Amino acid sequence: MIPAQFDYAAPATLDEALSLLAERPDDAKILAGGHSLIPAMKLRLAQPALLIDIGRVKDLSYIREEGGQIRIGAMTTHYQLESSERLREICPLLPECAASIGDVQVRNKGTIGGSLAHADPAADWPAAIISLRAELVAVSSRGERVIAADDFFVDMLTTALRPDEVLREIRINAPGGRTGQAYMKVHHPASGFAVVGVAVSLTLGADGKCSAAGVGITGVATKAYRAAQVEGALVGSTPDEQTTASAASHAADGVDANGDIYASADYRRHLAVVYARRAIAEAVAKIK
Amino acid sequence: MKKAVQINVNGTTRETEVEPRLLLVHYLRDVLGLTGTHVGCETSLCGACTVTVDGQAVKSCTMFAVQADGSNITTIEGLAHDGELHPVQEGFWERHGLQCGYCTPGMIMAAAQLLERNHAPTREEIRHGLEGNLCRCTGYQHIVEAVEYASKAVNREP
Repeated sequence: MIPAQFDYAAPATLDEALSLLAERPDDAKILAGGHSLIPAMKLRLAQPALLIDIGRVKDLSYIREEGGQIRIGAMTTHYQLESSERLREICPLLPECAASIGDVQVRNKGTIGGSLAHADPAADWPAAIISLRAELVAVSSRGERVIAADDFFVDMLTTALRPDEVLREIRINAPGGRTGQAYMKVHHPASGFAVVGVAVSLTLGADGKCSAAGVGITGVATKAYRAAQVEGALVGSTPDEQTTASAASHAADGVDANGDIYASADYRRHLAVVYARRAIAEAVAKIK
Repeated sequence: MKKAVQINVNGTTRETEVEPRLLLVHYLRDVLGLTGTHVGCETSLCGACTVTVDGQAVKSCTMFAVQADGSNITTIEGLAHDGELHPVQEGFWERHGLQCGYCTPGMIMAAAQLLERNHAPTREEIRHGLEGNLCRCTGYQHIVEAVEYASKAVNREP
C-alpha cells in the first residue's frame, strides 16, 4: 500500500496554492485532511504528480456567524464541527452529521471541505449540505464564485469544481423559527460509511404547518440528492405520523439506486423511505 | 524529490529527509525504529497505527510524514513518564486488556485521547470512543474495563 511518487508543496497562503494549481490543473491535487485522497492514492486509484497540501494555509479552519449565515472554513475538521457548542444551538444537524462520520481518529483529521470536494457517494456531509441548501464558495486564481449545493454534486466522485478551483468555504443560512433537524443513517458495519443517510431540516409556522423543509439523501445513488417530492409533500402540511409516512414514501422516486454486495438497489430504495420517515419524525419531535 | 522534515517525536526533535510518499507510520517504524506503532489494515479502519499529532489521535497510515513537519508526535513509546506507566497502560496491565497485543498500542493511544476529552466516560462512551480500533481477541470486554480502571485512576490523582 505504497502510493505512487509525487511532488509535494505545502504553501503558506491560499494565493500560492491557487497559482500552483493553476500551473498544473491536470496533474495536481489539493490535499486537505487526506482521509479520502490518501486511501485512494494508496490503492493507486489516484496518482497525482503534485500534491498541494493546504494544511499550512492559515484561516481555512473556522466556524463563524456573518450576515445571518454560518460560515465554515473548508479545512474545519469533523471533530471541530462535532464539538461546537454554538452549532449545537443554532444548527444541530451539522454536529449530529459530523459525529456520525467514521471514528474519532478519522474525525480528528478529516475535513468538511475535503469530504465535499471528494464527493464520495456514501459520504455523510453531502446529505446535510443539500438539506440545508448551503452555498459553496470556490476560489481560483481567476476569482471566486458561489455554487449552490444542488449544483455542486455532479456525479460519483465528481463535483462542479473546475480543475483550478479550491473549495474555500461553506455557507449556511442559519435556520430560524421553530426548526427541527435530524440525520439518520444506516452505518456500513465495516467502513462506517452511509449505506443510506437522510438529513432533514424542517420548520413549522405559527399554525403548526410545515413552512419549509429540506431533505438530502446520500448513499442511495451515484451522488447525494434532494428529495424534492418529499419536501413538496411536507410543506403546507401538518407533519403527523400519516403525513410523514406518505411524504417519506417518495424518498427514492425516480432515483437510479446503486446496488452492491452489501445492499441491493431495491433494499437501498426501501431504506431511503424508512430512514426518511424516521428522520422527519425525529426532526419534528425536536421542535420545541 | 526528498523533503527535509523536522518532527518532535516523544520529546526529541528529529530532522530527516523523507520521500513525500512516505507514510507517517513507516517514518516512525522504519526511519526512527519506533516499532511500537503497528501496521494493521493499512486502510484507516483498524486503528493499530494510532498516534497523537499535536494532541489529536490520528491513524498514522493515513497521513504522510511531510504533513507532520513541525508537529509534536506521541507514540506508545512516549506515553510513560520516568518509568511510570500512563493510567491507561496501567489499566491494560491491571485489567488484562489484551491477549495477542497487536491492537494494544493503538488502543491505548485512542483510549488516552478519549480520557483527555471525557474524564469519566460510561461504558457505552468508552465503546463509542474506541470505535476506530479493532481487536480480534478480547471481545472488547477487558479493554472497556481497562479504560474504566484508567478513568478512575486519573480521577484519583490530585
